[in-house]
Amino acid sequence: MSADTDPETDTEAEVEAETETPPPADTEPEPSVPEPGTESHQDRRMREKGEQAIAREEAAADAAAEEIETVEIRVYRYDPEVEGKTTPRFDAFHVPIEEGMTVLDALIYARDEFDSSLTFRHSCRQGVCGSDALFVNGAQRLGCQTQISDLEAPVQIEPLPHQEVVKDLVVDMQHFYEQMDAVEPYFDPDEEPEEDLEEQRQTRENREKIKLSTRCIQCGACTSSCNVAAGDNQYLGPAAINKAYRFVMDKREGEDRRKQRLETVKQEHGVWRCQTQFSCTEVCPKDIPLTEHIQELKREAIKEDIKFW
Amino acid sequence: MAQTYDRGAVEDVGRWREFSAGMWAWVLHKFTGWVLVGYLFTHIAVLSTAIGADPAAAPQDLYTTTLVGLEDLLVVRLLEVGLLAVAVFHMLNGIRLLFIDLGLGLERQDQSFYASLIITGAIAVASVPTFLAGV
Repeated sequence: MSADTDPETDTEAEVEAETETPPPADTEPEPSVPEPGTESHQDRRMREKGEQAIAREEAAADAAAEEIETVEIRVYRYDPEVEGKTTPRFDAFHVPIEEGMTVLDALIYARDEFDSSLTFRHSCRQGVCGSDALFVNGAQRLGCQTQISDLEAPVQIEPLPHQEVVKDLVVDMQHFYEQMDAVEPYFDPDEEPEEDLEEQRQTRENREKIKLSTRCIQCGACTSSCNVAAGDNQYLGPAAINKAYRFVMDKREGEDRRKQRLETVKQEHGVWRCQTQFSCTEVCPKDIPLTEHIQELKREAIKEDIKFW
Repeated sequence: MAQTYDRGAVEDVGRWREFSAGMWAWVLHKFTGWVLVGYLFTHIAVLSTAIGADPAAAPQDLYTTTLVGLEDLLVVRLLEVGLLAVAVFHMLNGIRLLFIDLGLGLERQDQSFYASLIITGAIAVASVPTFLAGV
C-alpha cells in the first residue's frame, strides 16, 4: 500500500504546484480542465469552490462596509512596558459613525472591536467625572462632550500635552492634583452654626458669584492648555487658582482663612504668573471664565497689600 | 510635567497653527515689546555717537548728516513703517491688557485683539505715503 500511495501523493503535490505557480489569487479562477487519473481532482475542486466562497464573502463584506459611514480616528499610542511600542506612534481606526457619537464613544468602539490594548480613562461618559480630557484635533476637549460630527476627519486623538504619558492616552495627573491640594480646597468658616445640623446659609448674590467656579470637574484641560504652566511646574495653574477663588469669594468662609488663601495665590508662582492668554478659558469644558477669576484674585491680592485710606 | 522627552507629534512645533486669539496676542505683544527694546537701544547708540560737527561737511553737524544719510535709504524708510506698526500694536494691545487687568470686557478679548490688528494695519498703510515720500 505504501508503495502505491507515495507516487500518488507526489503527483498530487506536483499538480498543486503547477496550478499554484501562476497565482490566480484575485482573478476568477479559470475553468479547470479535468485531469483524469489524478486523485486530487475532487480536492482541487473543493478548494477552488472554497476560495470562491471566501472571495464572495469578502466582496459582500466590503460592499457592506462601504455603505456604512465610518470616521477615521488617529490615536496616539505609547507603551513604555512593551518592547516595540516604546516609540510613540499613531494608530488609525475606522469607526462606524452613529448619530450623536462622541469622541469617547469612538474610542470605546475602537477598543472593544479592534484593539483591546487601547488605553484611556473614562467613567461617567456624561461630562461629570472629568476623566477623559484629551487633546483632540489640536485642542483640549472632554472626549464624552465632543461630537465626532463637529470635528474634521481624520480625528486626531492625543493625550493631554505637558503631562507625562503613562500609556496611550493616559497621563500622569499627580502634579495637577498636588497643585489643587496646594490651595487647601476645603471650606473652613470661623463660626459654626450653634445647632449641629443647621445649614450654613449663603446669600443668592454670593452663590451667583461663585457659581461658575464650583463647576470645575478637575479634568486638567486648562492646566494642559496653559503655556505658562508648561514652562513653570511650580505655577499653581488655572484649576487650582479657580478653586482658591471659589473659597476666597465665599462670604461664609472665615477671615483668617481668606487671608491665608490669598497669601498662597499671590506668591511668585501664583496668580501673577498668569499672562492672560485665555487658553484655559477657551478649553474649559465647563465654560468657567478662568482668566476672569484669576484676574479678580490678582486685584484682591493687591487690595490686601495696598491701603489708600 | 515639563520634562523633556520625545512625545512625537504631540510636542511638535507645528502647534502654532492651533493658537487662539489670546495666544497670538500674547506672542505678538512679546515680539513687539522686544522689537521696541531693540529699537530704543539702537536709537540711543546712533544718536549718542552723532554729536558735534561733521569734519567732512564743515558747516553741517554730524547729527544732520547721519539722519539725512539714513533717510536716503529705502530700507530705513520701510523699517520706519514697520516700527510704527510695531509701536501701534504694542500700544493698542497694551490698552487691551489694561482693560483685561481691570476685569472689563474679558468675554470680548478676542474681538479687541482683532480690532487692534486691524487698526494697526490701517495706520501702517496710511503712513506709507508719509514715510516713503521722496525716496
